[in-house]
Amino acid sequence: MKTTTKKSTKTNAKAGTGKRSADGGKKTGNNREIMVVTYLFVFLFLGMMGYICHFAVTNKQELINNSYNTRQTILLAKNRRGTIYSADGEVLAQTKEAEDGTEIRVYPYGNTFAHVVGYSTNGRMGVEALGNYYLINSNEPLSMKVTDDMTGTKYAGDSIYTTLDVDLQQIAYQALGVYKGAVIVTEPSTGRVLAMVSKPDFDPNNIDNIWDDLIHDEDSSVLLNRVTQGMYPPGSTFKIVTALEYIRENPDSYSGYRYNCMGNFTRGSDRINCYHGTSHGSVNFTTSFAKSCNSSFANIGLSLDRTAFDDTLSDLLFNSELPLKSTYSESKVTIGEGMTDADMMQVAIGQGTTQISPMHLNMITCAIANDGKLMIPYIVDRVENCEGSIVKQFNQSGYGALMTEEEAGILTGLMEEVVKTGTGRKLSGLSYTAAGKTGSAEYNSVKGDSHAWFTGFAPVENPQICVTIIVEGAGSGGDFAVPVAKRIFDAYFE
Amino acid sequence: MEQYIMEFAKYFIAIFMALYTYECFAVFRYNTEERRNGIYIRQNLLMFLVHFTCFLVICTETEELDYLFFYAFQEIILFAAISLFHMIYPRINRLIINNTGLLLSIGFVILTRLSYDKAKRQFIIVTVSLIIALIIPYFMDRFLFLKDLKWVYALVGITALSTVLILGTVTKGAKLSFSIKGISFQPSEFVKIIFVFFVASALYKASGFLEVALTAVVAGIHVIVLVLSKDLGSALIFFVVYVMMVFVATKKWIYLLLGITGGSAAAVVAYKLFTHVQVRVLAWQDPWSVIDNEGFQITQSLFAIGSGGWFGLGLYQGTPQSIPFVEADFIFSAVTEELGLIFAMCLILVCISCFIMCMNISVRLNDKFYQLVAFGLGVTYIFQIFLTIGGGTKFIPLTGVTLPFISYGGSSVLTTLIMFSIIEGLYIIKQREVSKSVKEKRKGVSGRSSGRQTVSRKEDYYEEEDEDYYEEEYED
Repeated sequence: MKTTTKKSTKTNAKAGTGKRSADGGKKTGNNREIMVVTYLFVFLFLGMMGYICHFAVTNKQELINNSYNTRQTILLAKNRRGTIYSADGEVLAQTKEAEDGTEIRVYPYGNTFAHVVGYSTNGRMGVEALGNYYLINSNEPLSMKVTDDMTGTKYAGDSIYTTLDVDLQQIAYQALGVYKGAVIVTEPSTGRVLAMVSKPDFDPNNIDNIWDDLIHDEDSSVLLNRVTQGMYPPGSTFKIVTALEYIRENPDSYSGYRYNCMGNFTRGSDRINCYHGTSHGSVNFTTSFAKSCNSSFANIGLSLDRTAFDDTLSDLLFNSELPLKSTYSESKVTIGEGMTDADMMQVAIGQGTTQISPMHLNMITCAIANDGKLMIPYIVDRVENCEGSIVKQFNQSGYGALMTEEEAGILTGLMEEVVKTGTGRKLSGLSYTAAGKTGSAEYNSVKGDSHAWFTGFAPVENPQICVTIIVEGAGSGGDFAVPVAKRIFDAYFE
Repeated sequence: MEQYIMEFAKYFIAIFMALYTYECFAVFRYNTEERRNGIYIRQNLLMFLVHFTCFLVICTETEELDYLFFYAFQEIILFAAISLFHMIYPRINRLIINNTGLLLSIGFVILTRLSYDKAKRQFIIVTVSLIIALIIPYFMDRFLFLKDLKWVYALVGITALSTVLILGTVTKGAKLSFSIKGISFQPSEFVKIIFVFFVASALYKASGFLEVALTAVVAGIHVIVLVLSKDLGSALIFFVVYVMMVFVATKKWIYLLLGITGGSAAAVVAYKLFTHVQVRVLAWQDPWSVIDNEGFQITQSLFAIGSGGWFGLGLYQGTPQSIPFVEADFIFSAVTEELGLIFAMCLILVCISCFIMCMNISVRLNDKFYQLVAFGLGVTYIFQIFLTIGGGTKFIPLTGVTLPFISYGGSSVLTTLIMFSIIEGLYIIKQREVSKSVKEKRKGVSGRSSGRQTVSRKEDYYEEEDEDYYEEEYED
């Protein structure tokens, strides 16, 4: 026993481990508790290390962008804020050095891109806010940094290439004219945002001077991006949703639907009028939709299962978060077992308390155009350093299906009929085929005070762009919103 | 040139630190300190490189000669301490000594960057503390009476803590310290050691229900006094150390279970009773909603952690000063911001290797008193690190304790150095036993012909321990 060398002792000990613990061992018993505590702490620490790394890496941008974080100032003292480009490389925002050495942010297109590109002083908005992290960081090559150090210039911040199309944006901006309202143009198959206009607007070049006026002017809410934050009654555009629910509940019989419209619909003491009291006569499901017959849809609305309707609303992202990175307002609609018939009739035609943002309506329309599948809208396409090498590429990503391909097909047929024979006839007989839905959302009891809506896409066979327009207080959608859509489609397909 | 130094230094510092950390765990592959020699020398080289590269950046950035001299002094003191420990105590565990040196040098670097004045003060404190620490191992196996002082420990501990409660000055809403002639002490730091000695001395002979109940009362008084002083972090450390030590001393899971349930119940009561506990929990759950007030510190700390990335912003490139009390409670966030996540994770791993070594030493000690002391001190050390890092990163609610060796604070550095010295002293005791038994073994081999019967009972004892020792080594 005494003659064992170190090595063989080890082997023996190892071989004897089982026996020792079987014996209960004089000392190993005590060691076991110590080992338990050791492992306990080691695992605790491994968990904590995983947490720290995960936290730091996944929240990096959000943390830097927080206004309480002073590190932004440090970065801006080192780096010159990067440039924002349109999809085809036009400068949308750029930092230039004034003669006195101070930096100024220049927006060559002024008011046209006011909300979507945004501003970077007095808080941030638009792409300036979304991409702030990239714009204030610099991935300039080291050799250039050294040169900059020697010449005493700041490093060039990374640039952002957006998905925005300057021509479409300008046309949309002009088409909206003097009206307040919003226009959003997207690519349904990818989610790329091509144009985003909100009026009233402002000149971001002048933001510091007009800031006080802007924040005190609560009536016109100039700073609000009406595309994502504007909350409007959807009016007849909501009939897309009501129609979808009716199709879901009556998959085989919806085409056999008939109704005789006398210009209004009465249930008890509650009454729904068609737009301007027009009487549509005998209508089926398709013509009810195409002519936007309120009476017929009030009738349809009362036949619907309210629990199932609520599920459909959830599928279409009402009353819930939207997959957007920018600031937006959640659309609101109330449907439940306890609601009155009067309320149900209002909801079915998109009036009452229902509210939606143009962005959300555009997303639903995109899903219809894209076989039911929603692509998440995005504006920032990629980040490049000053030498043009890609720092980060943002890829299109799907959210999932809002409806089945078949349902999307039926809705497309309905929306096509709107353009062919219904309220969207101004889009018929052109070089391209369009589909869509108009809306005239009444926002007070005085007749004629309504927001003009249009949401639709073209060409029907292979949808390339999807537009959603609201013109505040203009009148009917067919008269005021459809022409705006036409100018955008014309420009895109010419 | 400056730009190149700053940029490349970031990566070199992270790489040197990672290599050092690797060696910390490579140590456990070998049985004896002799075989680990190569590792220790590589570690010394790497810690020099980390320290040197950091100060290269500091000097490049500040362009002041002062910092160069300051660096030279640090280097001299650290290497003098490491060599002296090794020369005076040839059997010492060099992993713990090296880690101490590395952690102290990181502390110097980050404190110099945050506040040159505080770094200088810290340097003086460390120098004095190292001298004190140097003599402690010598006394460890000579002061056998340490085992019999349990009531002295209890009395001293409670008296010291109560003195702070009554006479202490209030900092950050908690009574932590009191001053004598301009030097402020934080007694709860030193009482941590005394408390471990108390529990060990009370339980090493017998650990029946009576002993446990008696110590529970004393431990309870410690914790309550600390809670009343609003020093929640220390209260938690005392509690956890006590529960763990009872578990190891009694080998009974029931005490661990009782400790955990009792602790949870006490935490709930404390939450209901004290508003300052509620504030801490609120600031932990959602600091963003109270960012202006209660959540300010923690969110600033999170900003720091989030902005560094894997390799950090580089020394002087961030704004760790925006975190209130960064040099004490939030030093880890400053390290993460400027030296990077890789460095910070390695720092944690180095601390863990210290802890594993303490546990390793504790496992091998035959004397139950010493074993409990080594275990208790190891748990005190690691749990404090868990509280400070976990608190600063929102992993757990903030309790406000320091990061040993790195945070600014004299009491903290001195206490941790004494703790490690005591553990080193115990390691030396063990090493002496082992080598004695090896010698006896050799004697046994030569004297074998003269008869097995001559082997003393004592020798048998050592032999068995020896085998046990190798087994532990092998399993590592």
